[in-house]
Parts: sequence; structure tokens; C-alpha cells
Amino acid sequence: MQTSLLLEMAAEADPDRPILGPAAAPLTNGELLTRARAAAALLAGRSGDKVAFVGLNSPEMVVALFASALAGKAFAPLNYRLNDDALRALLARAAPATAVVDDEMLPRVQGVPGLDIVPRSTFALANAQGEDGGPTCACSPSDAAVLLFTSGTTGEPKTAVLRHHHLTAYVTSTVDFLGSDAGEATLVSVPPYHIAGISAALTGVYSGRRLVQLPAFTPEDWVQTARDEKITHAMVVPTMLGRILDLLEKGGKALPDLRLLAYGGGRMPAPVIERVLGRLPHVDFVNAYGLTETSSTVCLLSPQDHRDAIGSTDPAVRRRLASVGRPLPAVELEIRGPGGQRLSAGDVGEVYVRGPQIAGEYLHRTTLSGDGWFPTNDSGWVDEAGYLFLEGRLDDVIVRGGENISPGEIEDVLRGHPAVVDVAVVGAPDEQWGEKIAAFVVCRGPAPDPAALQAWVRSRLRSTKTPEAWVFRDELPYNETGKLLRRVLKQDLADAATSPASAA
Amino acid sequence: MELKPGTRWRSTVSPVEVIVVRPPAAAAILLCGGEPMVDVRAGPGASRAGGETTDSCVIGGRYYDEPTGLEVLCTKGGSGSLSVEGRALAAKPTKKLPASD
Repeated sequence: MQTSLLLEMAAEADPDRPILGPAAAPLTNGELLTRARAAAALLAGRSGDKVAFVGLNSPEMVVALFASALAGKAFAPLNYRLNDDALRALLARAAPATAVVDDEMLPRVQGVPGLDIVPRSTFALANAQGEDGGPTCACSPSDAAVLLFTSGTTGEPKTAVLRHHHLTAYVTSTVDFLGSDAGEATLVSVPPYHIAGISAALTGVYSGRRLVQLPAFTPEDWVQTARDEKITHAMVVPTMLGRILDLLEKGGKALPDLRLLAYGGGRMPAPVIERVLGRLPHVDFVNAYGLTETSSTVCLLSPQDHRDAIGSTDPAVRRRLASVGRPLPAVELEIRGPGGQRLSAGDVGEVYVRGPQIAGEYLHRTTLSGDGWFPTNDSGWVDEAGYLFLEGRLDDVIVRGGENISPGEIEDVLRGHPAVVDVAVVGAPDEQWGEKIAAFVVCRGPAPDPAALQAWVRSRLRSTKTPEAWVFRDELPYNETGKLLRRVLKQDLADAATSPASAA
Repeated sequence: MELKPGTRWRSTVSPVEVIVVRPPAAAAILLCGGEPMVDVRAGPGASRAGGETTDSCVIGGRYYDEPTGLEVLCTKGGSGSLSVEGRALAAKPTKKLPASD
């Protein structure tokens, strides 16, 4: 199945349903398909087998996603926040290709050999005025549908390949065709190059839930748009949710139409989720865990799971508020040890997943085993009832004197300290232990004595898990989709260690 | 007919089209309205009226056959029920998951 068939089905079954844009002037399913076909006719005549997209969220992003499929080309949204050199380097890797580029960003993409540039305004005009080019889809379900450059928080960005059958398997196994009620609307605030931006467009169209896009996220725009557009559903990354919550608490505004808020894409501090549950008691919450390489969500903590956890006095149930839930029906999940052996409930190891939506593939390289299992590079464990708890990326595990230490649990303990606003724990090179534990801490008010913080951790974990180096910062480095940039902190430590005026 | 995952088939008695989600355990013939379905890429001309058309196939519906494991998704609706080995395919109940993106 090709992604374009999702739109063709929706346009066939309910051509007049509003699907994209503001309630006052939406595109219908039928109009979106007409535009995608006109765009496909345009793209079919341009260079390369890829359609790069450099721009903010816009209706053209959704049109280009489906048009690429109809034209038999892979859609490759790029991170426009990269600096000009890095952006041009990615475009050079994609070439020969056609690039749809926001008009304001055109000066940034000049001079890349093999790149056929279509300004977004030209693309939009051609689609709106073009004749319905008719079905042009010549691609196979096993062709690449979407290429995404993974965020590279731990190293060089990689090009993840998602094929049509992966994405459509995800969509058709997780949402019911036209299953949304009239009036439902999703607010998309993740950027086009985030897997959740792609999956939101596909599931929105298939389920018939109107898509409302924020060009780029600010908490003010998010709250205003949610109110104006009577948004019923939304997905946010943890940093977005924290900032929305701050604004709601400060401004006293309500979100009366919001029914469901999904969060994912990073570690959600338990205090934030408890605050938001209290602030928005009428809203259902979903914690979603997924990766680019898994076509979005593989596990979710349902609204009922949230209610059960928050209302329980049983610590084992209560702690599930910090879990990412259980696998989707079409996804299998295992925890494996370093030797590849399957581990039992409670034991920490690497999270493996398998299923029709799991791509696990990079350009020129697959990481799937022969029997289809994908190593996520995430460290975690499942409880007796099958709820998954994540500890962080395997690369982030600190090896101190032969003991594997996950930063996540130390960070959780420190976040519980009244003076601590944010914290990141990383490994620092150490002659005696190989690595020692370093904590970067953001405090509210004056920084406490490191000895007091050490005592706080030691009394709750154990001495080998107590950070030895402490660095106080005004803020921690995050990328724009809320992922903590640990490598930046590790580099800071390495720089400090080699400089004569060592501070850390 | 080889009912491989992702292959698409159309009815010869109505506009019905389906896509195979899960293949049958062993080779099987998929019928719509009592007539074998044909490859969607096959040109017109194979169509013939008749057959059993009291039932219908709903776009977006998932239909399955327990004994063979065959499961299909209807991508174009129309009259004529789906069957395999003389058994009508059953409509799969929807299992609505909460939205996560």
C-alpha cells in the first residue's frame, strides 16, 4: 500500500470533509487530492528521485508529502534550523533532487549542485491552479516514501528510510478509516522533519481529523490557536508541554475544546505530568513512545493508564505514570541483554521491537535482524504487566568501574530536590574509574552546596550512583524538538579537562 | 492469484477493490460477489454482471478469514461480499486506539 492511497480512499469516501487548514477556510479531502495530483504532475517533470522540503509547517508540506508518493519520489523534509553550511551539506547528499523551499529560505539553499529548486509560492500556485492530473502513482509499496535525517544527538545525523508499506501499516493498524467525529481537529506543532509531523498528516487524513498547523511552535501561538480553532487533539514534545503549562498557569486561560493531548519524543519529568493532569482534568493524556525508524509510535500509555496510575496507592501502579505504556497490538517488544538473550520482567536491557511498521533502515544499511527485530538503542525494562520504562539511550549509559549506570534514574532523583529545576547527568573521563558521574544542574535561586545534593542522591540510590562532579548552569542545551544534547555537555567536560583553568 | 501482502485486487461484479494486509497460510482464491477478484492493474473487460450481490464491502473496512489467516482492507466500496474457500470474510471489529500523533 502506498501513502497516497490513504488520501485517495478518504477523497473517494468523503470528498467534502474538511481536512487541512483553519475552520474558516479548510481544504477538503477532494481538494487536497486534486492539489496533490497537480503537484505530482509538476514534480514528475523535475529532477531526481527525491523531493526535499525546506520550510515551516504549511499546507504545501502535506500536499508535497502525498504528491511525492503520487510522483513516485521520496519525500525528504530537512531541518531548516541547521546552519546554512549544514543545510547545504544535507541537500548535497540528497542531490540529484527537487527541493520545495520556503521563499524566505531561498537564499540559504543556493549553489548546491544537482538541486532543482521550486519556491514554495510557485509550488502552491501551481497546485491551486493546476488541473487534476489524475492518478500518477507508479511506485511500489516497497519504495522509499520518506527520508528523515535523525537528530544526531549522539553523533552524525543518519538518513532513516521509511518505505510506503511501513508507514501505511502504522496508519491502518492504529487508526480507523474516517473514524473521527465531525468537528475533531488536530494541532500539529512539531516541524515537518519530525516523524510525528509525518505521521500526524497521514493519520489525520486517514481518520478524517482536520489538521491545523502551527508554522513553528511558540506556547502563545499554540494556546491561542487551540482556543480559536477549537482544537480537540494535539501531540507535543515534553519541552513544549512544560512551556504551555507555564503559560496556562500564568495566564489563567482554559482549553475547553481539548479532549486528548499526546506527549512523547523525550523524557517527561513526572512532576510536569502530575501538574498538567491537575491543570487539565477534562483532557485525556497519552504518552507515546516511538522512533523515526519505527514509523512513529510503538508503545503508548493510555488515558485509562494515566487515571489508574494517578489514583492508585499501589507503588507499582503509581509509578506507571513514568512509563511509556505497552506495545501497540501490531508491535512485539522484547528486552535483551548484552549477549542478545531475552530478559525477564524487571531486568534492564536494550529495547527491541518488531512489526510491519518497523523500518529500522538507514540509507544503504539495515539494522533489522534476519527475523525482523530492530534494536532501538534505548535502554529500558518492563514491569510484570508489560509496561515499558525507559532509562535513556544506550550510548548515554555511564560505565563507572565496570558498573553500568543509567543517567535517567539519577536525574529523576535530582529533579525531586526542591532547588533543582532541570538536570542532566553524563559520564566524564576519569583515570581511576574509566568514567565518573557528572551532573549539570539548573537551580531555582542560589545553587545549593554540592555536598547537600550528593547526600540527597546517596540516601535515595547508592554511593556508586552519586555524582562526583557538579556544574551549575542557567540552562541546558536542547535541540528544537526537545532532545537534550548530552554530547554538548560531554564536550564541555572534555574541553574543561584539557584546559589549564579546569572548571568542572 | 497470489495473495501477497500489499497486492491489490478488484471485483469483476462491482467497483470493490481490496488490498491484502495478511496473506493466507496456503494458496487461496479470493472472491467478490461469487466471482474471483482480479489484479487491479488488469484492464477492463473482465467485468461481468451477476453473481451474488446482496451484501456489500465498505471502504476502510477490514475483512478476515480465521481459518486461512487472510486479511484484507477494502480500498473501494461496492456491492458483493468477499469470500474465500466458500466462507464469507468477516468484518473485523474496530479497535480504536487513542490518538498519539
